Amino acid sequence: MEIPYTVTARPETGLFNAKAGIWLFLASEVMLFGALFTTYILLRIGAPEWPHGELDIPLATLNTAVLITSSITMVMSWASLMMKDFKKYRIYMGATFLLGVVFLVIKAFEYGHHFGIGELPNKSTFLGIYFTMTGLHGLHVVGGMIVNAYFWGPGSKMWKTQPERFTNRVEVAGLYWHFVDLVWIFLFPVLYLL
Amino acid sequence: MSTNNTTPVSVAAAPHVDYHHHEEPSFWRKYVFSPDHKVIGIQYGLTALFFLFFGFTLMMIMRWQLAYPEKAIPALQFVIPIAVIGLILLFLSKFKPSITMLMGFVFLGMAALVSYLTSGEERMPGGVMLPEFYNQLGAMHGTIMVFLGVVPLAVGAFGNYIMPLQIGAPDMAFPKLNMTSYWVYFIGGVTMLASFFVPGGAANSGWTSYAPLSVIATTGQTLWLIGMVFLITSSLLGSVNFIVTIIQLRAKGLTFMRLPFFVWAQFVTSFLLLLAFPPLEAAGVLQLMDRIAGTSFFMPAGLVVSGQQLPYTGGGSPLLWQHLFWFLAHPEVYVLILPALGIVAEIIANNSRKPLWGYKSLVFAVIFLGFMSFIVWAHHMFLTGMGTAISAFFQTTTMIISIPSVIILSVLFISLYGASLRFNTPMLFALAFLPMFGIGGLTGLPLGLAASDIPLHDTYYVIGHFHYVVAPGTIFGLFAGIYYWFPKFTGKAMNEKLGKIHFWGSFVCMNFIFFPMLIQGLAGVSRRLYDGGQQYAHAQGVLHLNEVTSVAAWVMALFQIVFIINLFLTLRKKEKVGDNYWEATTLEWSATTSPPLAHGNFATVPEVYRGPYEYSVPGHSKDYTPQNELVKA
Amino acid sequence: METANPQEIKKHVRTYITVFVALLTLTIITVTVSYLHLNIPAAITVALLIATIKGSLVASYFMHLISEKKIIYATLVLTAVFFIALMWLPIFHHANPVIYKNVP
Ligand code: HEM
Ligand SMILES: [Cu+2]
Repeated sequence: MEIPYTVTARPETGLFNAKAGIWLFLASEVMLFGALFTTYILLRIGAPEWPHGELDIPLATLNTAVLITSSITMVMSWASLMMKDFKKYRIYMGATFLLGVVFLVIKAFEYGHHFGIGELPNKSTFLGIYFTMTGLHGLHVVGGMIVNAYFWGPGSKMWKTQPERFTNRVEVAGLYWHFVDLVWIFLFPVLYLL
Repeated sequence: MSTNNTTPVSVAAAPHVDYHHHEEPSFWRKYVFSPDHKVIGIQYGLTALFFLFFGFTLMMIMRWQLAYPEKAIPALQFVIPIAVIGLILLFLSKFKPSITMLMGFVFLGMAALVSYLTSGEERMPGGVMLPEFYNQLGAMHGTIMVFLGVVPLAVGAFGNYIMPLQIGAPDMAFPKLNMTSYWVYFIGGVTMLASFFVPGGAANSGWTSYAPLSVIATTGQTLWLIGMVFLITSSLLGSVNFIVTIIQLRAKGLTFMRLPFFVWAQFVTSFLLLLAFPPLEAAGVLQLMDRIAGTSFFMPAGLVVSGQQLPYTGGGSPLLWQHLFWFLAHPEVYVLILPALGIVAEIIANNSRKPLWGYKSLVFAVIFLGFMSFIVWAHHMFLTGMGTAISAFFQTTTMIISIPSVIILSVLFISLYGASLRFNTPMLFALAFLPMFGIGGLTGLPLGLAASDIPLHDTYYVIGHFHYVVAPGTIFGLFAGIYYWFPKFTGKAMNEKLGKIHFWGSFVCMNFIFFPMLIQGLAGVSRRLYDGGQQYAHAQGVLHLNEVTSVAAWVMALFQIVFIINLFLTLRKKEKVGDNYWEATTLEWSATTSPPLAHGNFATVPEVYRGPYEYSVPGHSKDYTPQNELVKA
Repeated sequence: METANPQEIKKHVRTYITVFVALLTLTIITVTVSYLHLNIPAAITVALLIATIKGSLVASYFMHLISEKKIIYATLVLTAVFFIALMWLPIFHHANPVIYKNVP
């Protein structure tokens, strides 16, 4: 007996399994980053002063744009599959991956700069929470990129045998990727602008 | 991500050919990296039982120190029985590769580990325990029991094995993810064990790992944190899998209000794990940063230890750790108890041969309980200087959460009324669960009220209270489950006589272990005391109870050997029992063989026509009507 | 997977592009505002408001939350409730403390 609803939706819920799964996973991620945000608030309320303007706003703005762009290429890759255009899918998915690389490279420059002038995590609670939050977010980006690379390369063979299932998988990977983008949308003002 | 973890074989690709039936999977695929929920359930079960026994052994070593402070420990008296169990199992297995043989080697390994722990200059010079080592044992006992023993057994083993069968599913929704959960748990467990071998030994800041103590503790704490990150990740993956399975894979006709209560318990438990664990994972990462990168998330400024100023900039808050920890750890106590409640409800319905009285109240109570468990956490922090208004809020929510607990217990008690009970071993454990959980719950009320918590906080009263919940409570529930479902796991029924010896021995010993703790606590004896209170004037009147507790704990260990022997003797039995050994109504009994089919569980997809507990329905020929049986009036 | 015909997807694509432009615009606005150096409460309000709008856009359109199934809404509402409980934590921590006055 095979596991039902891996491809088609269960009628009562309207969901295929992986979609229910990824949303539950994202719910737990909300609580993970929620705990970090609440830590941030608590530390900041308790601090006699909170540093401003220590971080590179133009670079981070650029990075925000990069992630937002990668979100639209991601959703376009799914839309291409829905329109049965595999070639376009490959282009968009490849672009999503590369934008992830760009994001990380920019981030690495920022980190390198801080390390270079001795701004290490232990220098202040601000730097501590900055490195922890962006670091954990960065790990999430890396995780998403591994998945995306897999679906761009070896994983995409499934398109030939089970196109619907493959489209589902890309949709689920997309949901995760957009979530990572969403977290950044909050991290950016909280850490850089305020 | 979870996209990778759907099954490799799909309906679309091969609707009629099921290659599993033709090709025998390799040894590794079948027993080690199996994606089958039944195999994974058993892996979880054996690993968790190992850790439970090990955690108990740590406590038995500690109890020596508490009963006879400063006296050298007779280490061999602890090592030899464990080694003997190992040897017995090896002989039982006749040295043929089998679970029995594997467990034989595991017990020998445990004996070696225990002999390492009971010797060595940095732990027990001359056989006398160092205070530092006492702290390690205490912290690791708590951690191992909670995160490596009870949860994996209650959720990982029973949930994994039984839940898909009860809902008529061929497997979990994501079998490979399920396998990953187990192995991540396994790595977490190995990390925890390994921490005994690093300089300074294992974590020693309690299972609560309160900062700042934990931040400046020895290397073992780092391994504790890394181990916890693995365990949490495993639980998160598992809970996603459980929830999706219950929502998506229920058999036709199995509506939510027809689910066996055990499934409900697993469902609510999974939500608790899913949403409460991530904040602790975040806190764990923050504490790792404090320890490794030198940040000050949990460190106040100007901390001086042994006359030396610590190199932390400060600005953090030790209380932040407590908040994040208890945000998980209160829901966690419901994670410890709910699956056991589910098991007990199944067994009581089955052996009272009556429908549960008030199934609906039971379900709504457990949902409400799960929800409320997220907003009571700071009742563990009344003594931290928290504001009175906040204390008032949390003591109110705590009193409210006791209502569903009382409803649950009442439902189970009333269900017994007027029944002619079958007193088999699982039923005895289930029945004992009720008053024990009752004592645990009632002794908790004074801890939930800020005023009465002030004198009781951090005394042995607390230890007595929560052990009544988790030891004669949860552990009895889990034993009940093992005896009840063993015929399902193996097709063989466990020996009733040995089972009853195990039950009565454990029941009596449990109360001799934990009731004295309540008395000592009321006298004001603090928990986590290396000498059991010798140096305190107010403890003198209750000191003699230390020996009572310790002896009871060691005697209880002997009764557990009866259980272990029973388990493996049963495995050796030749005669098989019927598929529905207990004449039960739920699908795992009425629609599958014992043990269930290796692939897909069911020969034909079951369909459900009725609620879970239709026992003694008037007019039916049998006194039970399975959920998948069409009525023949 | 919802059965959507190519026509509908094309419509979706137009929405995606609109959302993308909106996101970039909002990013520029929030950065510009930050250079105005408003007083702190105002700055926090504006920045979080814009971030919330951006986040909702991503969730609603890229993640299709605007037309999702009931079960997902239910899960997210539950998560939101506990998320809010978690956000109260600093208040529990700082409100009306009894003993510690000089610990930050
Ligand atoms: C029946 C066997 C058990 C015995 C004899 C026992 C005994 C004890 C004792 C005496 C302590 C207090 C140590 C101290 O304060 O120095 C303790 C602590 C603890 N126990 Fe148990 N226990 C048993 C089973 C369990 C189980 C089944 C669980 C969990 C599911 C558990 C969880 C804990 C925890 C969390 C602590 C607190 C550790 C700490 O202080 O950090 N115990 N146990
Ligand atoms: Cu609690």
